[in-house]
Amino acid sequence: MLILQCPYCGIKCDETELAPGGEAHLKRYGPGSTDEEFEAYLFERKNPLGVHFERWRHANGCGKWFLAARSTTTLEVFGTYKAQTTEPPAEIVAAIKAKLPDWEGRQ
Amino acid sequence: MSMRLEQGGRLIDREKTLGFVFDSNRLSGFAGDTLASALLGAGKMLVNRSYKYHRPRGIVASGPEEPNALVGLGQGARFEPDQRATTTELFDGLTAMPQNAWPSLGFDAMAVNGWLSKFMPAGFYYKTFIWPRPFWKHVYEPFIREAAASGRPPQEPDADKYEHFYAFVDVLIVGGGIAGLQAALTAGKSGARVLLMEQTAHWGGRAPVDGAEIEGKPADSWIAETLAALEAMENVTLRTRTMGAGVFDHGYALGYERVADHTPGDGRVRHRLWRIRAKQILTATGAIERPLSFAGNDVPGVMLASAVRDYVVNYGVAPGRKVVVVTNNDDAYRTALALIDAGLEVPVVVDARERSDGPLAREAMRRGVAVECGAAIMKVKGKKRVEGVMLCRGNGTGGAGATVECDAVAMSGGWSPVVHLWSHCGGKLLWSEENAHFYPNFSRAPTGAQGEAFVRTAGIASGAMGTGSVLKDAAAAAADACGAAGFAIQAEAAQAVDAEERPMKPVWVMPEQALPELRSKMFLDFQNDVKVADIQLAAQEGYESVELTKRYTTLGMANDQGKLSNINGLAILANSLGAKIPQVGTTTFRPPYQPISFGSIAGEARGATFQPLRRTPMHDWHERNGAYWEPVGHWRRPYCYPKPGEDHDAAVAREVLATRNSLGLLDASTLGKLVVKGPDAGRFLDMLYTNKMSTLKPGKCRYGLMCNENGFLSDDGVVARIDEDTFLCHTTSGGADRIHGWMEDWLQTEWWDWKVYVANVTEQWGQIAVVGPNARKLLEKLGGMDVSKEALPFMGWAEGELDGIKARIFRISFSGELSYEIAVPAGEAMTLWGKLLAAGREWSITPYGTEALHIMRAEKGFIMIGDETDGTVIPQDLGLGWAISKKKDDYLGKRAQERSHMVSPDRWKLVGLETLDGSVLPDGAYAVGEGVNGNGQRNTIGRVTSTYRSPTLGKGIAMGLVHHGPDRMGEVIKFVATDESVIEAKIVSPVFYDPDGEKQDV
Repeated sequence: MLILQCPYCGIKCDETELAPGGEAHLKRYGPGSTDEEFEAYLFERKNPLGVHFERWRHANGCGKWFLAARSTTTLEVFGTYKAQTTEPPAEIVAAIKAKLPDWEGRQ
Repeated sequence: MSMRLEQGGRLIDREKTLGFVFDSNRLSGFAGDTLASALLGAGKMLVNRSYKYHRPRGIVASGPEEPNALVGLGQGARFEPDQRATTTELFDGLTAMPQNAWPSLGFDAMAVNGWLSKFMPAGFYYKTFIWPRPFWKHVYEPFIREAAASGRPPQEPDADKYEHFYAFVDVLIVGGGIAGLQAALTAGKSGARVLLMEQTAHWGGRAPVDGAEIEGKPADSWIAETLAALEAMENVTLRTRTMGAGVFDHGYALGYERVADHTPGDGRVRHRLWRIRAKQILTATGAIERPLSFAGNDVPGVMLASAVRDYVVNYGVAPGRKVVVVTNNDDAYRTALALIDAGLEVPVVVDARERSDGPLAREAMRRGVAVECGAAIMKVKGKKRVEGVMLCRGNGTGGAGATVECDAVAMSGGWSPVVHLWSHCGGKLLWSEENAHFYPNFSRAPTGAQGEAFVRTAGIASGAMGTGSVLKDAAAAAADACGAAGFAIQAEAAQAVDAEERPMKPVWVMPEQALPELRSKMFLDFQNDVKVADIQLAAQEGYESVELTKRYTTLGMANDQGKLSNINGLAILANSLGAKIPQVGTTTFRPPYQPISFGSIAGEARGATFQPLRRTPMHDWHERNGAYWEPVGHWRRPYCYPKPGEDHDAAVAREVLATRNSLGLLDASTLGKLVVKGPDAGRFLDMLYTNKMSTLKPGKCRYGLMCNENGFLSDDGVVARIDEDTFLCHTTSGGADRIHGWMEDWLQTEWWDWKVYVANVTEQWGQIAVVGPNARKLLEKLGGMDVSKEALPFMGWAEGELDGIKARIFRISFSGELSYEIAVPAGEAMTLWGKLLAAGREWSITPYGTEALHIMRAEKGFIMIGDETDGTVIPQDLGLGWAISKKKDDYLGKRAQERSHMVSPDRWKLVGLETLDGSVLPDGAYAVGEGVNGNGQRNTIGRVTSTYRSPTLGKGIAMGLVHHGPDRMGEVIKFVATDESVIEAKIVSPVFYDPDGEKQDV
């Protein structure tokens, strides 16, 4: 039962208010992409032991999708941020590096 | 024979006698008793039979670790199986049945299993019951189910109420022993909001039983003073009968309050589930004593030493007059002393250690107790009760020694801290060589959202074993927790000394070199009949992982979840593998700590309050007019409106025919309605639908398909263009919220620079379909809008006032008839419904339900999401290629539909099916082809997706997906029903009625 702060409405959401949306920062492949690219887009997901970027929707709240950087091992939340970005913002990356200096960045 | 003593019992009130029934015997106990203490007090030692061998079993423990004394409690609507006698408070009129004793407790026909035990080794389910194959279903499974000691399910709806309760605290403390009380006192003084929960009805835990002294006084006085101090603190909440059930992510915890288990029927809620968010959680959960593994350690009368002490001191009950104590540590001498204090006899203390000269042992010897050091119990004599023990050397193989007569045995194999709550959310453990137990690894605590430790342990749960250490540890842990929660406080502990005790000696098998005959009578898991020999056999057979060994042998899989058995079992596994205990590790501790009631989990969500009910504006009318309801999402829709004396099939047929021949009326308000608006709305819908929506003209409607990125059909519906910037998208009835979320997902996370806004207006509009050849006449009679073919052609829509009600009329048809779907503001929908019914009387207007709707759409070959689709079907499978734009570069699902499997000619495709004899094909039936597949099953070539009796055509019609179906028109294929009968059906066009669409376009 995680608590994640919605970056839009500011509410610290209990997990029951949220709907999970899987891995964040996927790049969409459509017509014209190779079979390998498209297969990776559809099916290949990261399953890291550690820092993970994921999508959440404040479904029973303001309805907005947001992204979270979270450790899958310690449940530590490094930050949540708005979904209108293709990369984690600099302050999120800095927050992770501050806690985990050896983190090699998003692979 | 167990009995009530003349004196003693700090928790009972001998003035208040309570009557109860156990196994049809009328018995009595005292107020303050547990069912277990009352049973022992009434001489009932044998309380159950074991799971596999049906061996006689007695009460072993005094708390939640009890493996044997499970009863079916209560009667009728208050009956509940699997209730533990040791945690059930006695009340007047209690009724309990032993759970596993057919035909009776004294004579159990299944005990024959005991004679067969050599044929039922570890993993016997896997080994014995596999061959011959059909025997599993017809012989083995029924036998195992009958023989298994599971409780019977209740037969009536639960008469009680339950509730959820939400709490937000700074510090949650679980356990109201002296550690929990000390921690609460420290935390309370810090000003933090504190919740202290104790699972029993009493504060103070076992310190008073063990004769602890705190601040120079008996523990009882300190407990009373501390409680008084805590009750005076406004920031501290105290709850007895409330168990810490589980610890979860980010400081979430569950408490389980048994409000009225001891006062059934008094009107209060029975159980309350506390859903707690705590900044810090402190588990002061104490420890559980371990049994010793000697032959016959399961004979009724063999109990944990601490439990014997509890029964004597707390309830004035003794398991016997002559009690042999067997131990590997000093603590069990407290039991010997308590027994002597109560005037009972302790013939001998069997001590596995070579020397025993601690103060407690010396005191016992001073009081005349014989102590046998370096000794072991070779075996227990007696079957249904202890008659004596045979002693032997502790390090030998079990050569016969002296026999000591006794009627009970108190055993102690050392203590294991209760680390369950610490472990639930990832807290790690260390192994203590000194105490032979796992204890929390404080450097690897469960971590919260900031990466901070949020669970701490206090007292014995930390591994602190003496009274003084317990209090110091608790105060320090509480101060740490308060500091972490933002409330600084000094750790000040009540003063007490640790009693001087000699080191314990790990003893996993008694005697150490016991031969197989003895090992096959040493029980680890009493409820599941798992023995030392079973674990050793599993190790021999290659089971190295403790998790696999658990599942293979069923060790720790019973109702008590291994509270008594796990450490002993994994020690034996480790020894068998030649590994160290911490290398083998523990199985996973999972919540809840003890079983909690289903009622408490459901809380108030039951019956009418199970989930919200969505009502259309006409809901009450449907109900008044006899609607037979069908749940659709959270809505209820009329399935049909049976008239008096009419069955559902007849009602449906009447509704279909009335609509086809004259005039029908449908409440279509549940249809999902999403407004998509903005300069990029057309571009957006071109991506979401397979069709091109941007070319739709205002005033027109278009049927559209939505696919997911896998290419599979996900939803369908009619899109109406309201104006240049605005579209109204109809979704399936259950799909509005899902599709709204789907649109938002793409708009917010992928195309966030597109100027589009989506609003779900499903409930803003009531929608009524007026259907049938007389539909136009009815609307013309109401007047106000031109609904002629010219003004409002098929697949057009118009806005206006219909008999004074602002309306949008869509000329769309899901029935194949002339049809108008009229959307009006929800508040006006019932008025319009009434006007339509009244004005339509001359055409015998007939309201119809979802089943008539389904039949009429199937007669027309229209697909239904969820019938023709199941998440693996693409539009191309359904002959819907015409609804897929060839002009668009991209839409969601387009790339997936180009994948090799999606363009394969071997995909099953939609066809109509007509049985040769006119019967109705069974829903979901498979068509079989030639030959068999790799598993020896008949090859399948298709399946039925929709099937109905068509009142219009007077025969069964069906749609299905068939291999090469559209190329096989006229061919007859064979379907197999569940009774294995074969039904022949001809492949036909899926459009059974009005194939040219003349009726809808008039």
